[in-house]
Amino acid sequence: MQANLENRPIATHEASYPLAIHDLTVAYSRKPVIWDIDLDIPEGKLVGVIGPNGAGKSTLLKACLDLVPKASGDVRIYGQIYRKNRNLVGYVPQRESVDWDFPISALDVVTMGLYGNIGWLKPVRSQHKAIALDALDRVGVAQLADRQISQLSGGQQQRVFIARALAQQAQLYFMDEPFAAVDAATERAVVELLQDLRNQGKTCVVVHHDLSTVTQYFDWVILLNMRVVAAGPTQTVFTQENLHKTYGGKLTLLVEASEALKNLGK
Amino acid sequence: MIPALGNFITEWAGWPEALDVLLLQNYNTRLVVLSTTLLGIASGIIGSFLLLRKRSLMGDALSHACLPGIGLAFIILVAFGGEGKYLPGLLLGALVTGLLGVGMVIAVRNTTRLKDDAAMGVVLSVFFGLGIAIMGLLQKMPGASAAGLEHFIYGKAASMVLSDFGFILTITVIVIAVSMLFLKEFVLLCFDDSFAATSGWSVTLLDMILLLLVAAITVVGLQAVGLILIIAFLITPAAAARFWTDDLRGMLVWAGILGGLSGWIGASVSALLPNLPAGSLIVLVGSGLFLFSMIFGNARGILKRYWKHLKLKRKVGRQHLLRSVFEIIEAELRGESREPVNMAVSVDRLQKHRTWTPKRLHHLIKAASKEDHIESFDAHTLRLSEAGFGEAARTTRNHRLWELYLISYADIAPSHVDRDADSVEHILNPDMVRELEARLLQKESSLAIPRSPHQIEEKGVTP
Amino acid sequence: MSWYTIDTWIVIVGVLCAISCALPGCYLLLRQMSMMGDAISHAVLPGLAIAFMVTGSRSSIGMFIGAAVVGVLTAVFTQWISSWGKVDRGASMGIVFTTLFALGLLLIVQAADHVDLDPGCVLYGAIEMTPLDVFTSFTVAGVAIDIPRAAIVLLGVLLLNLIIILAFFKELKIAAFDPELATSLGINAQWMHYLLMTLVAITTVAAFEAVGSIIVIAMLIVPAAIAYLLTDRLWVMLVISAVFAALSAVLGHVSAIGLPHLFGMESTTTSGMMAVVLGVFFIIVWLVSPRQGLLRRQIFGKTVASKEDLMHE
Repeated sequence: MQANLENRPIATHEASYPLAIHDLTVAYSRKPVIWDIDLDIPEGKLVGVIGPNGAGKSTLLKACLDLVPKASGDVRIYGQIYRKNRNLVGYVPQRESVDWDFPISALDVVTMGLYGNIGWLKPVRSQHKAIALDALDRVGVAQLADRQISQLSGGQQQRVFIARALAQQAQLYFMDEPFAAVDAATERAVVELLQDLRNQGKTCVVVHHDLSTVTQYFDWVILLNMRVVAAGPTQTVFTQENLHKTYGGKLTLLVEASEALKNLGK
Repeated sequence: MIPALGNFITEWAGWPEALDVLLLQNYNTRLVVLSTTLLGIASGIIGSFLLLRKRSLMGDALSHACLPGIGLAFIILVAFGGEGKYLPGLLLGALVTGLLGVGMVIAVRNTTRLKDDAAMGVVLSVFFGLGIAIMGLLQKMPGASAAGLEHFIYGKAASMVLSDFGFILTITVIVIAVSMLFLKEFVLLCFDDSFAATSGWSVTLLDMILLLLVAAITVVGLQAVGLILIIAFLITPAAAARFWTDDLRGMLVWAGILGGLSGWIGASVSALLPNLPAGSLIVLVGSGLFLFSMIFGNARGILKRYWKHLKLKRKVGRQHLLRSVFEIIEAELRGESREPVNMAVSVDRLQKHRTWTPKRLHHLIKAASKEDHIESFDAHTLRLSEAGFGEAARTTRNHRLWELYLISYADIAPSHVDRDADSVEHILNPDMVRELEARLLQKESSLAIPRSPHQIEEKGVTP
Repeated sequence: MSWYTIDTWIVIVGVLCAISCALPGCYLLLRQMSMMGDAISHAVLPGLAIAFMVTGSRSSIGMFIGAAVVGVLTAVFTQWISSWGKVDRGASMGIVFTTLFALGLLLIVQAADHVDLDPGCVLYGAIEMTPLDVFTSFTVAGVAIDIPRAAIVLLGVLLLNLIIILAFFKELKIAAFDPELATSLGINAQWMHYLLMTLVAITTVAAFEAVGSIIVIAMLIVPAAIAYLLTDRLWVMLVISAVFAALSAVLGHVSAIGLPHLFGMESTTTSGMMAVVLGVFFIIVWLVSPRQGLLRRQIFGKTVASKEDLMHE
């Protein structure tokens, strides 16, 4: 795609990788938000993107999805640019990114996951609704299909969003803080679902905030603070040292205390 | 003090006449009333999308930007020796500069640090100024009468003729048809544009189609409503419609109906009071419908929401009362190792059980006795009826199911459960209760009342 | 093209009007409430109309009070509709100002027989007529000077705006930048908001006679937008906007009476041309602004400064 791609001696970026990010930089205004990201993410992993506020976690996802312009670099989905392989990608935006007062039902939202397949101007048919209902059932809120979305709780709204991504029937999922402000029951249900997807050989890239659950949830982590501090299997990468590099002084006592407690438990 | 009011009365033609106009019996006004009704329907529908896309005021920038186009089109038409006031030609000019204005808003927003609002303000006012300057020229232009062009600013519904009606009919039908065709795409665009982009839709293209439809409606509406107030036609019925329904298709229907109604009634009234500007009357009818909808709308109207809130509050109060009685009975009989049975409890103790004021408690007891939940009560004791006791047992069971559910599934410390459970138990539906029973009480009888997972706090009571 | 004393007065009235508008306009722009300026300028119409009807004159202080009340009511109604009815803010604003404008128009048309006010003037004013309404005249060195009432009124409003902006400079600044921060520092952001709305309403009323209720939006927003593209400092922004506002009044009137002659036509509307001149300034600055301009972007890439920069003085 780009002329300088061959000259750079870096990660292999083989086509088998669901996501290969090469030398990606994104800048808003005058300053870069993420800088020189170089990553290969293997298939069938549950990947956590971890970093402090403003580290560029959401921006990384958006750049992978072509939602923000790249200043430089290149993202490949199964060896192709996003536009060519977007059928393989599912996306769960941040819950606050939409207006939940919007006059549609939960089922309508999930059906949106299929619009890409349905195509221009063709109407939604009953088989599409069946797929959407099935996706709602998988996240455990099928009984709320006809509810207007503002009448759902935060956790239920998040489940609807995830159901929409499931309806996309993708191979690679991007999720932007699916656990933000949801009840614990939803968090547990969503984690189970993600593990299910992983066991089916799908890959999920999840922006995550809660450091205490990282080792429990993710096989793989990306520690991000403008640049990739470390990336790889959780047990080798998610270390005190790397966390300190990522968060600097912002790593609170509380987090350290919870880490210490966890180590005691082992 | 306000002599002008007298004019309304002297101009009024009487009720039979009014009925003729409203029922389209009057030949002179039939076309006008039909045209504005049609316009109202179409702009209600397309305005709904604009509202949901949160671009309502873009319509304002667009309509103001139409003015120079009308003037320029007139100059061009005259320069080529044509009839200066050839309507489709003027409207084409309006469409061109209107879209140019919208394009400029988007360009300014995307290339400078100015936000949407400033970009719209700049475009709206500068284009309008340009239009006024051109109109100023035309008034003194030799050899061409530009009189009547100013009707596009305030609108003059009464000037419509049969060919205008045909034109409006065609455009509105096209606009409605196209927006129905793009229903799915517009919903996606308005609800979640970034998701639309990731699943392969061109947000820019969809926005352009939407704005083109808005521009088409605006331009054909100029003649009737005028460019200053056409924005009301786009916003008001759509915003009013939202109070009546939670469903997008329903909203489109409602917006069409309310828009059509304002066009129909507004134009009829203006036909009866020909000295008043039709645009203003249509807008005011629309505003009246909006106000009515905002108060009485049965989906999100203020009264409806207030009523819901009141109902929930009452339900919560009732459940708190019943549960408190049950818990007190339970605590008393526990000493005797007996299952709870219906018995009288002391009002004083009840009041201390929760932090109720005497007034609030009295109010709750009154409400409960109205629902036959209370058999008898006086200043000191209270006894539930059989129905009330059953309800109390059920409420307590639901509450504890929730507590158990949260404890077993959510890793919440038991000390925090009570407060959370209080706020959610009131929205439990029967399905959910059954699900909880199945998951938590597999071995127990479904009628059993699980013990409270934490020691009930007996405020101010010595055991 | 020939120049008379009356033209000088038109330019003076225009300059006063444009500067009076530009100052509060800067704050509207920074608070991202430009469209509120649009809404208020439309909405003061019924206030004006009722005041005309009641007092039968154009020059009462009651007129200012009435219109200012309606202006503030616009902000209040918008707030009510968007919070009680859960309607999008922009849409609530649109509903409120179209309703009030329609009402005002109705009143004016009804009262047309009784009050000397033409719906055309509502839109673009009658700045050409303002010198005819003389407030006071005196003689200096044998030359009679007739000071138009509009000039006096606009001068008063300009001074009012200046005094309030100078007195509340830091309060207005912080309330524009971060209302929550302002509140935490003990500055009532709500009051600052309504103070600004009142200023806008009063200014709009004063400018009404000269430039009407639509062109006034250009006076409010465009100079501020131009200045915002040129500087990152608030007080510089105020100065630049005032300069461009004044220039637009001078060039606007000159081109209104001069330009049409090039095409063999007579003059056109001064207020319209003032807006057009502002638009031309805006486009030029948009293209060549040293920091924000399109041309510079083409050469040096994106350099978009944030609102925060303005506050770091």
